[in-house]
Amino acid sequence: MSTIGLNFVEWIIIVIYFLFVIGIGFYLKKFTKNEEDFFLAGRRNTAWVAGLAFLSANLGALELLGMTGNTFKYGMYVAHFYWIGAIPAMLFLGIYMMPFYYSSKIKSIPGYLKLRFDEKTRVLNGIAFGVMTLLVSGINLYAMALVLHTFLGWNWDVSMWMSAVTVAFYVTLSGLLSAIFTEIIQFFLIWFGLFLVSILGIVEIGSIQEIFNRVPESFNTLWSTSGDPSQNGMLISWGGIVLGLGFVLSFGYWTTDFLVVQRAFSAKNLRTARMTPILASFFKMAVPFIVILTGLIAIVLANDPNSGFALLKDGGQVNYDSALPLLIARYYPSGLVGLGVTALLAGFMAGQAGNISAFNTVWTYDIYKSVINRKASDTHLLWMGRVATVVGVIVSLGTAYWAKSFPSIMDYMQAIFSWVNAPLFATMLLGMFIIWITPNGAFWGLVLGMGSSIIMYLAVKFEWISLSLLTLSDVSSDMAANFWRAWWAWLICFAATIIISLFTKKKPKEELVGLVKGLTPESLDKDIKLTKKPEFWAVLSLIVLIILNIYYW
Amino acid sequence: MKPIWYFVGLILLTMGIVLAAAGIYDLISHTESKSILGELYPSIWWGALMIIVGLVYIVKNKNVKIE
Repeated sequence: MSTIGLNFVEWIIIVIYFLFVIGIGFYLKKFTKNEEDFFLAGRRNTAWVAGLAFLSANLGALELLGMTGNTFKYGMYVAHFYWIGAIPAMLFLGIYMMPFYYSSKIKSIPGYLKLRFDEKTRVLNGIAFGVMTLLVSGINLYAMALVLHTFLGWNWDVSMWMSAVTVAFYVTLSGLLSAIFTEIIQFFLIWFGLFLVSILGIVEIGSIQEIFNRVPESFNTLWSTSGDPSQNGMLISWGGIVLGLGFVLSFGYWTTDFLVVQRAFSAKNLRTARMTPILASFFKMAVPFIVILTGLIAIVLANDPNSGFALLKDGGQVNYDSALPLLIARYYPSGLVGLGVTALLAGFMAGQAGNISAFNTVWTYDIYKSVINRKASDTHLLWMGRVATVVGVIVSLGTAYWAKSFPSIMDYMQAIFSWVNAPLFATMLLGMFIIWITPNGAFWGLVLGMGSSIIMYLAVKFEWISLSLLTLSDVSSDMAANFWRAWWAWLICFAATIIISLFTKKKPKEELVGLVKGLTPESLDKDIKLTKKPEFWAVLSLIVLIILNIYYW
Repeated sequence: MKPIWYFVGLILLTMGIVLAAAGIYDLISHTESKSILGELYPSIWWGALMIIVGLVYIVKNKNVKIE
């Protein structure tokens, strides 16, 4: 395969980025004095810092390569991941769930499960989250290697090992503090590095309207073809989108995934923590103007025999994730290619750092301190956090090779989320809003939810059952299977938790104060002016969401 | 410590200068661009935009320190 290659100026841009990131790591190390600094960035961030970091932790390689590739594969329906598949959940987190999380002063999501339920539920979720994080972390390594492979022609193995060593070095220096700093820098680099692809694509093709006109109808609408799965690129009905993605997967990810929620925990007070996901929701809605638009541009160019544009192939299989790197190579002249590659590398670095900083916190507090060494000192925990960082990166290397075997990054991601996050959301929802849910109900509900999701995945993969049994349709895609599996796993966990709770011992009410609705004082932000209230911004965000969905219906 | 916005400004300014300089060099040396739409010299105006945004962030946060 021919590679794109970089010139001297482009190498300078990349070197500037790496020098900044490593320099910031060293600069912040002197401010990382204790374990709260390392794991929670000292709890001193403003809503803007926490909000952009909240979004950027998610805006990793997955978003950039995976979503552009998925738009090529599935069409405009991928925008659902940014709008109905993100915004309602982010607003719900800010308005309803954050008070329970932030006020209980927990360091992690499993930490909440310990307070609300018991130790075994915490450890179960801690282990599941740890495994999931390392699997997702592998995606970032794989994506980084894809960029280096595509642009520089580097060997896959060399690329992955190089990437792993860089991240281990950088996160070990100052934990969440440096992770948040570089996530914000990455946010700006992504916009400056990649939005120009959309602009130049529009200029080449003529207009946004022309792009939509030249994309097949099943690929250029958001809802109008969702009544019949065979009429849209994702082969899914509106029911699968709303229940599987919009409700279970989205709420499961945005409200319970510690990777993103950890950024809100770093906020300086409760109002700031509540504003974190709400502020991030506005930027989240804008991301499709990079990834979806470039995916549609790639479709138009690939369908035009005169354009000379075609995706890469690995072993005869189309590599959808190569769409964005190839567009950068197409449009960017000398120098700018370096910025585009840097934006992709920055996305990788932030995504990887986010996963590893979440992993080291959950490992250190929810597994190591909880099960292995209960008397560990703060200094020892800080040391353990750094060790967990290095070990986590090494394990991620193995998962990176597994990620490589999937046809596209997002299929891999959603499969993992449907195993862990979907059932956990049922546990959280019931735990936060219903007083009589019991520790045994939560634990066994979670076991059944996660177990059933994995069994459903294996049953379809090895053809023990027909996929149509899950998706309630004769036609469906891998993504539709993920959405529906998430829904069933959530439902099983939800029902099992309720039924088991009816017959098992409840926790005393006095132990649940501040953790459950009805036992928590509700005097939040009542005496501040309207424009300072999180609720005001949440309503505004919801209005923008509705307008976008109607406009692209 | 210095706020994150200061570092954002620094990196945008530095990269903007390198990009704009590379674009201007291509323009005056009449280097033939291999990229589609290379005749628009996007490195120059995009680099200039990064310089402006970078300077705004640096100037606004030059004397700011956070605990």
